[in-house]
Amino acid sequence: MGTQVRDQAQELLTLYERMALVRRTEKAAHDLFLSGLVKGTTHLAAGHEAIAVGASAALRADDYVFATYRGHHHTLARGATPEECLAELMSRATGLCRAKGGSMHLTKAATGMLGSYAIVGAHLPMAVGAAWSARLRGTGQIAVAFFGDGATNIGAFHEALNLAAVWKLPVLFVCENNLYMEYTPIADVTAVARPAADRASAYGIPGETVDGNDVVLVREAVSRLAERARAGDGPALLEAETYRHFGHSRADPATYRPAEEVERWLKHDPLDVARGQLTELGVPTETLAQADERVRDVVQKAVDAAKAAPGPDPREALTDVWADGGAAWRT
Amino acid sequence: MADVIDGQPAIQRQITYREAVAEGIAREMRRDPAVVCLGEDIAAAGGVFKTTVGLLEEFGPGRVWDTPISEQAIVGAAMGAAMTGMRPVAEIMFSDFLACCWDYLANEIPKVRYMTGGQVTVPLVVRTANGGGLGFGAQHSQATENWAFTIPGLKIAAPATPADVIGMMAAAIRSDDPVVFFEHKGLLASKGAPPPPDHVVELGRAAVVREGGDVTLVALASMVPVALEAAQRLDEEGIEAEVVDLRCLVPLDMSTVLASLARTSRLVTVEENPYQGGWGGTLVSVVADEGFGLLDAPVRRVAGECVPLPFADALEEQVIPTVDKVVATVRALAAY
Repeated sequence: MGTQVRDQAQELLTLYERMALVRRTEKAAHDLFLSGLVKGTTHLAAGHEAIAVGASAALRADDYVFATYRGHHHTLARGATPEECLAELMSRATGLCRAKGGSMHLTKAATGMLGSYAIVGAHLPMAVGAAWSARLRGTGQIAVAFFGDGATNIGAFHEALNLAAVWKLPVLFVCENNLYMEYTPIADVTAVARPAADRASAYGIPGETVDGNDVVLVREAVSRLAERARAGDGPALLEAETYRHFGHSRADPATYRPAEEVERWLKHDPLDVARGQLTELGVPTETLAQADERVRDVVQKAVDAAKAAPGPDPREALTDVWADGGAAWRT
Repeated sequence: MADVIDGQPAIQRQITYREAVAEGIAREMRRDPAVVCLGEDIAAAGGVFKTTVGLLEEFGPGRVWDTPISEQAIVGAAMGAAMTGMRPVAEIMFSDFLACCWDYLANEIPKVRYMTGGQVTVPLVVRTANGGGLGFGAQHSQATENWAFTIPGLKIAAPATPADVIGMMAAAIRSDDPVVFFEHKGLLASKGAPPPPDHVVELGRAAVVREGGDVTLVALASMVPVALEAAQRLDEEGIEAEVVDLRCLVPLDMSTVLASLARTSRLVTVEENPYQGGWGGTLVSVVADEGFGLLDAPVRRVAGECVPLPFADALEEQVIPTVDKVVATVRALAAY
């Protein structure tokens, strides 16, 4: 194996292990929900791993990321630990948001993961604002908004794209097109074939598509568009095709999806794709098995630690409204 | 403690409420390079109400940004910028249009700090022209301060004088919390003494703008001059009304209101927003909880009628509280 191939294999192995960590964490979230330890709902990202991991690998550590209520993968990809994510889902004091956010609002501001937002499309203008701020401060940072195909039919999407284009801001809009807005096929409710990419021309910005289950291709595309944005050439839109392994949320068994379609996409699993690429690069099966084993171990320890962690102090309910830490609304 | 404003201003150049808005923003932009402005027609045009005149000239296009008619993008971008080190001042041209970006004011800006467990702060100001009296009809005349008042996590400022515009703008922009800043359209042409340099009016401090021992009138923004004029007329009838300018709805200065009631034992709120859901409902509920023993008479609310704002002056004055309505209400209450 030449040096170049060895480096390539090592990098890809790292990405594979991160994707496996997301998959394993999502599996744990699923199991914990079924055992009653996670309340409310979850929107699992199993199947979407390559988009978060590939994009994150293409970004600078100080870039900004905004995600949706299906945001576990982005939070993990930006450096949050499975333990702090699962603890949040399990309403533990040690959770990322100290049990005030829950599954739909995972945030790790310290690593530039500026939040998971549960009103469809709302965070696209925020990403525009973060990119505007980066420009004003001259930091060379960029902002990335990840969103689902359903968000492309909401007003905030269009307002954000236009403003970003007019101000030529360093922001990327990355659509995770998993073919269903929630339960309804996106194609049934959208006027164009590519719900995101086909809208780009209306705002005079690049609109590309990529196989969202191929982590190498995602990283490549995001790298290219990020470099362009950083150089001052403005925003771009990337539509990554992918597929959910679970339903829209915990309430949804996803019976509306044709069996043949599900089967086809499961055969194009992002982890399998990466495994195939690693094998082609000469990485032995045992190496992959060792990576899987490390991931299993990390997630198992995370589950155990989250289970053992205490719940929040009830007094926490009346903190953190204001910057002074309090909640006083009157004298 | 409340401010007691007394005496007459010295003979000096007066400034309008309208000019005070631009002056208040400019003072903060001079002292803090993180302050930037965005909104529709605010830069080259100086604002449709001329409340941002001179900002582009003094601070340049890098700090004063014209936007498209995209309320969600304006307020959403302000939020993203505020989370990442800037202090944006966003203008929503008419407060009625807050409805177009209500998601940001209801779901995003006031909640993001809380739901992230305190990981982020959102130091921004959303300025907006509020209220009626100019004959703009149902979609450009509403007093919408009560909309914001339903949402924990927003501070709400609504100044009544040019000096307060400047002092409260300073406090709002320096605040690490989000502030909705209501500029009253009916007061834009009103004049007052300019405040001294570095004038800051802390948010959440009401002002007793007229002292009196018989009844407390609590008012906000354009209802402050209405209450003051009513107090003047009542004075001629021998009724001494104390007038409290709330200045902010959040923080709500109940201490000043309750202290005034301890002196007067009668309460009338004067609100431009509709009676239905108006801020006075919350204020009197606190009085009922904590100041019931101070009262010698029922509380009265003079508030907007619960209809859309009509166009004709003759109709609009039936809906928005007038001096006559306040006088009649106080007169009846004094006789209770």
